[in-house]
Amino acid sequence: MTNHWVDIKNTDLVLIMGGNAAEAHPCGFKWVTEAKAHRKARLVVVDPRFTRSAAVSDYYAPIRAGSDIAFLGGVINYLLTHDKIHHEYVKNYTDSSFLVKDEFSFENGLFSGYDPEKRSYDRSSWGYQIGEDGYARVDPTLQHPRCVFQLMKAHYSRYTPEMVSTVCGTPQAAFLKVCETIAETSAADKTMTIMYALGWTQHSVGSQMIRTGAMVQLLLGNIGAPGGGMNALRGHSNIQGLTDLGLLSDLLPGYLTLPRDAEQNFGAYIDKRASKPLRPGQLSYWQNYNKFHVSLMKAWFGDAASAENNWCYDWLPKMDKGYDLLQVFEDMGQGKVNGYVCQGFNPLGSAPCKVKVSNSLSKLKFLVIVDPLATETSEFWQNHGEYNDVDPTKIQTEVFRLPSTCFAEEDGSLINSGRWMQWHWKGAEPPGDAKGDQEIMAGIFLRIRALYQKEGGAFPDPILNLTWKHKVPSSPAPEELAREFSGKALKDVTDPKDPTRVLVKAGEQLNGFGELRDDGSTSCGCWIFSGAWSEKGNLMARRDNADPFGIGQTLNWAFAWPANRRILYNRASCDPSGKPYDPARKLIAWDAGAGKWTGADVPDFVADSAPENGMNPFIMNPEGVARFFAVDKMAEGPFPEHYEPFETPLAANPLSPGNPMVRSSPAARVFKDDWATFGKADKFPFVATTYRLTEHFHFWTKHARLNAITQPEQFVEIGEELAKAKGIKAGDHVRVKSNRGHIVAVAVVTKRIMSLNVNGKRTHTVGIPLHWGFMGLAKNGYLTNTLTPFVGDGNTQTPEFKAFLVDVEKV
Amino acid sequence: MALQSLDIKARSATTTPPPRARDPIHVAKLIDISKCIGCKACQVACMEWNDLRDEVGTNAGTYDNPRDLTAQSWTVMRFSEVEVEQGRLEWLIRKDGCMHCEDPGCLKACPAPGAIVQSVNGIVDFHQEHCIGCGYCITGCPFDIPRLSKKDSKVYKCTLCSDRVAVGMEPACIKTCPTGALVFGTKGDMIRHAEGRIADLKERGYANAALYNPEGVGGTHVMYVLQHGDKPELYANLPKDPHISPLVSLWKGIAKPLMSLGIGLAVFAGFFHFVTAGPKEVEEEEKAD
Repeated sequence: MTNHWVDIKNTDLVLIMGGNAAEAHPCGFKWVTEAKAHRKARLVVVDPRFTRSAAVSDYYAPIRAGSDIAFLGGVINYLLTHDKIHHEYVKNYTDSSFLVKDEFSFENGLFSGYDPEKRSYDRSSWGYQIGEDGYARVDPTLQHPRCVFQLMKAHYSRYTPEMVSTVCGTPQAAFLKVCETIAETSAADKTMTIMYALGWTQHSVGSQMIRTGAMVQLLLGNIGAPGGGMNALRGHSNIQGLTDLGLLSDLLPGYLTLPRDAEQNFGAYIDKRASKPLRPGQLSYWQNYNKFHVSLMKAWFGDAASAENNWCYDWLPKMDKGYDLLQVFEDMGQGKVNGYVCQGFNPLGSAPCKVKVSNSLSKLKFLVIVDPLATETSEFWQNHGEYNDVDPTKIQTEVFRLPSTCFAEEDGSLINSGRWMQWHWKGAEPPGDAKGDQEIMAGIFLRIRALYQKEGGAFPDPILNLTWKHKVPSSPAPEELAREFSGKALKDVTDPKDPTRVLVKAGEQLNGFGELRDDGSTSCGCWIFSGAWSEKGNLMARRDNADPFGIGQTLNWAFAWPANRRILYNRASCDPSGKPYDPARKLIAWDAGAGKWTGADVPDFVADSAPENGMNPFIMNPEGVARFFAVDKMAEGPFPEHYEPFETPLAANPLSPGNPMVRSSPAARVFKDDWATFGKADKFPFVATTYRLTEHFHFWTKHARLNAITQPEQFVEIGEELAKAKGIKAGDHVRVKSNRGHIVAVAVVTKRIMSLNVNGKRTHTVGIPLHWGFMGLAKNGYLTNTLTPFVGDGNTQTPEFKAFLVDVEKV
Repeated sequence: MALQSLDIKARSATTTPPPRARDPIHVAKLIDISKCIGCKACQVACMEWNDLRDEVGTNAGTYDNPRDLTAQSWTVMRFSEVEVEQGRLEWLIRKDGCMHCEDPGCLKACPAPGAIVQSVNGIVDFHQEHCIGCGYCITGCPFDIPRLSKKDSKVYKCTLCSDRVAVGMEPACIKTCPTGALVFGTKGDMIRHAEGRIADLKERGYANAALYNPEGVGGTHVMYVLQHGDKPELYANLPKDPHISPLVSLWKGIAKPLMSLGIGLAVFAGFFHFVTAGPKEVEEEEKAD
């Protein structure tokens, strides 16, 4: 979230799209009811289903799963053609005035630089025109035909209300009603918050869906404002922490990135990431990349990391390709993976195309499961009748189950969607032989290290030199790890403006990432967390909910990264002269007398940079402003374009009907054998989408009796029109088939799934909750991901769970 | 707020006068259906606090689970999909359970002394140790709430967490509700809170929003805010004008005095027989056994 849960109470309008907050985040949803109660906020829900969120909404509009870019592109077009944008914001705080290279083009659904063989783009034309002064050229009048504003206007002029209705199936009147409601928040003193979740992420163009939402918010001036923002509702209580701490295969902690194969030179690796400002007077904070990186290497390798060995740069893996979930299971299926450690993860249930996952797991020599529960993955080799019909005699994988603790059985920090790092304390002792994850990992690590010490090996250095200074080496304490990621001074850290002034003494915890150095004098395991555990103690454990400004920022409750800042880009809540756009919701403001920015939040800005200096609010970007034009950052192109899901009921992309190459995303990776597993609309005519229910949490709570009581048995949801056509009544058992397998479940026949007119054809949707499996206390069921396709987003490789094709029949 | 007085105001099949020394404070639970997301957290909290564990059931083609109230499920969500106007779908989710009537039909109907009591604060509570399992309370309830347990042939229902309220805590369902759809306090405060909610709903286009506090049972200590107060039946057949079944009045008004008279006559006849015929003689052989 750019903002945070409590801040939702400050909004005037909540748009829930690509998520179902009431269903999946019922506790956080309370802030929506607060906004409704105290600000008379309106709630608009756009979703393929009339959800639990829709049940308490002021307005609901249906949409076909997978068509959100068309809808939001239509909103952009509406805002631009009706002149419902926040002009001052768009002009000053976005790249709207930047001129784009003449070589950049968009034709017939493709941007310039496409290579159909590689299914990817040469992105060199996706950039700004750079002037002789080394800065990007701009036209503040926004009239230049190559400025971002004009290019964006032209791009989305094709997303007419008629086109939106054709692609999305949303009735035009409903679409326009949503546009009108959203447009009201273009006023400087009105904000809208967008709450989204995996309903946007889990598409082959998921990242671009989110970008389109962000562009809408930028046009309205809603980023950085209280009650505004782009708010990703995370699906696990600590999944935010997972990405923050760099557990994705291509990341290092704190969104630093692993080098690619070609990046063997340390200096070049840093230079590429330490972007210089693209406009005069801008901060471009990533210029400090080297400080974050060196401090990380010091945390990992201690004295072994020195300037002479480039801070152990050679020890970092250099990626030949991404090693995301889909890639790993593809490689596993090809016999290229021998062993797999599954820690707190149930891929047989959570990864797409169960048959492929099962076949891949069968090729392993060993599989280690670290989990508090007996997961389906740990039983993938066992025959569970119709739900897991495998032959154990044909599977040679050796499976080890290591019972671990669950969150309530350990101390530690959890990071919520709003970036709050909240310490929590053990509520109960773990049962039986269960051990904490650190203890299990330490056990494995210490044994491996001992083997390297004894036997040598091809490349022992990173293992032998890894920092492991724990009081009990076999069981690193959460407090020790937290202090490590927050960071400390290895030598005295002095003030760059006054070298005689010591900011932090050697051995002390750092106050924040501003104190990180690239000379090896600081160590920090995750720069964005820096300051969470300072000499003041464990700030994550703070529980003071005092709200002196009455705007819900509670700076003494836990610790929010970065720098305890609650709302990102909060400088943009003020006009260029430093006055809040809405004085009634003052977040921060320029205090000329004191010569600094002050207010209810920690300024996301250089605290003493006066407005007349001209520094802009988006300090992480070299431009200093937010981007409508994503330059070379996105696989599919600088402007989000609608592409159909890989399995679509449509024969062509209605936005580029003549180009078969752009029916679905031209930049998504598809493994060779997977093309044949995609189904077609003639055999699988219905749009399917998967999701979760309030009563359950993923595949965990079917192991808990109370949850099993409240939602005991697998079901699918079918609209009344489709049910009638297929002779299905509520409570009947139905078989849902995709080209990859089938499930059998009870039919819930409902008015809440409407049939839509898409591209002139009646289109039906089948809703498939995901919680059941063949382990646990609830009634046994099929793993929903038996049905889903093995393809992901072109940038993140997040699987396309939200839109694919099925057929339905009564059993 | 002193809500904890559990002075008994009425007791089934008893005529002892209730204590009257203290002024009563009436409590109420307000269920705002316009804020309810049907998350069932209240169902789970109820099961946890009251140590209830229903069967892991099946799905009958709806979200409702457990499907109905049982001796182990004292509250359930009832989901209704309605189109109040053409093209405007609503998903009305009603938390069902005991309404804690001011004039409780269950208590009126109950023949077992002290099996059903009403506290002066308005809570209607079942004391199962006195319950004889006759099921008259089920007939007496205008909302079809009490359920007979197959395990012990006694009847169970929501207690409004009388044990929690007695020590100054809110009922478990109130504590757990994430959206504030459930609130608890004095009945006066709850009516005032509801007025604010109804004004908000009217401003959002629900012209008939209203409080459900039916007079036919003397008002209730569990009340609803309904978006469509003119059509309570939309909410899984919430009765529009609930009244205690005439059978209960029959039982109380005519049948009970008649039966009491019958019992009296029988006792009198027995006494007369004893006086005239003396105690029953026991045969010698039986004594030997």
